[in-house]
Amino acid sequence: MTTTQPTDTAQGERTLQVYRVYIKTTPEKIWQAITDPEWNARYGYAAPQFFELRPGGSYRSTASEEMRKVSDEMGYGIPDVVVDGEVLEVDPPRKLVQTFRMLMDPASAADGFTRLTYEIFEVAPGVSRLTVTHDVTGAPNVAGVVGGAYEDQGGGGGGGWAWILSDLKSLLETGSVLAG
Amino acid sequence: MTCDLLVTYLARVTDDDRVFKALADPTRRFLLDLLFARDGQTLTELESAVEMTRYGVMKHLKVLEEAGLVVPRRSGREKLHFLNPVPIRLIHDRWIDKYTERHVAALVDLKHELEERP
Repeated sequence: MTTTQPTDTAQGERTLQVYRVYIKTTPEKIWQAITDPEWNARYGYAAPQFFELRPGGSYRSTASEEMRKVSDEMGYGIPDVVVDGEVLEVDPPRKLVQTFRMLMDPASAADGFTRLTYEIFEVAPGVSRLTVTHDVTGAPNVAGVVGGAYEDQGGGGGGGWAWILSDLKSLLETGSVLAG
Repeated sequence: MTCDLLVTYLARVTDDDRVFKALADPTRRFLLDLLFARDGQTLTELESAVEMTRYGVMKHLKVLEEAGLVVPRRSGREKLHFLNPVPIRLIHDRWIDKYTERHVAALVDLKHELEERP
């Protein structure tokens, strides 16, 4: 897509992807599902994510067993840390801002750090709105992965944020994920 | 409609209902296609691509926003509109998977093949 050309950055334009989902649960539960590795390893790519929840704290996500299995079968290596970054802003259970760099493949790694924002708002008692804003300016490979461009190719490409958030909603509302 | 009744009504109208109603209009589907081609457009940009008054486009965008298909974000003085694919994903997971996606895909392939023939 031409919208993710690095030249946009020079003109001061940002390339954002925005995703929103309503979940019948509390903001605290959503916060926990995002930040606690016991929870975040249960939906989406199922790779555990570890946050140091303070500005300047580290963020990393390690390869899931499924990821290792698939990469071994296909004969390419996968690093232990598949995503890394820095925690920028922490306001539980309302807002989390972090940087996010994918290390799974050289092309995505070369995109460098992107910026990811989670916003949680309770619209009615027991109903919460989660908005994910991913600033992928100058990061066309990351934009492709999180936009779900590789879902049909298998190999754990997954459906990106739409798929992750659909799975998260399913887990929090029904106790089980879509694949499970 | 009193306030209590409205709350009860809204509680019963599911997210899916809003999405299906929003998608049932050709102008609204066209607006989604415009955002799919280029995300984060202003009202003025969208308006220039649709033969309709500004007020008409605003009304359609409001329906899309209420269905969660469009998420507005402020950027300085501008209001940008972003396509949110999650509600369509949820309908996909809820309805399409259920009714044997493979058969549907085969029919869609057949339709495309037949239509491409001269």
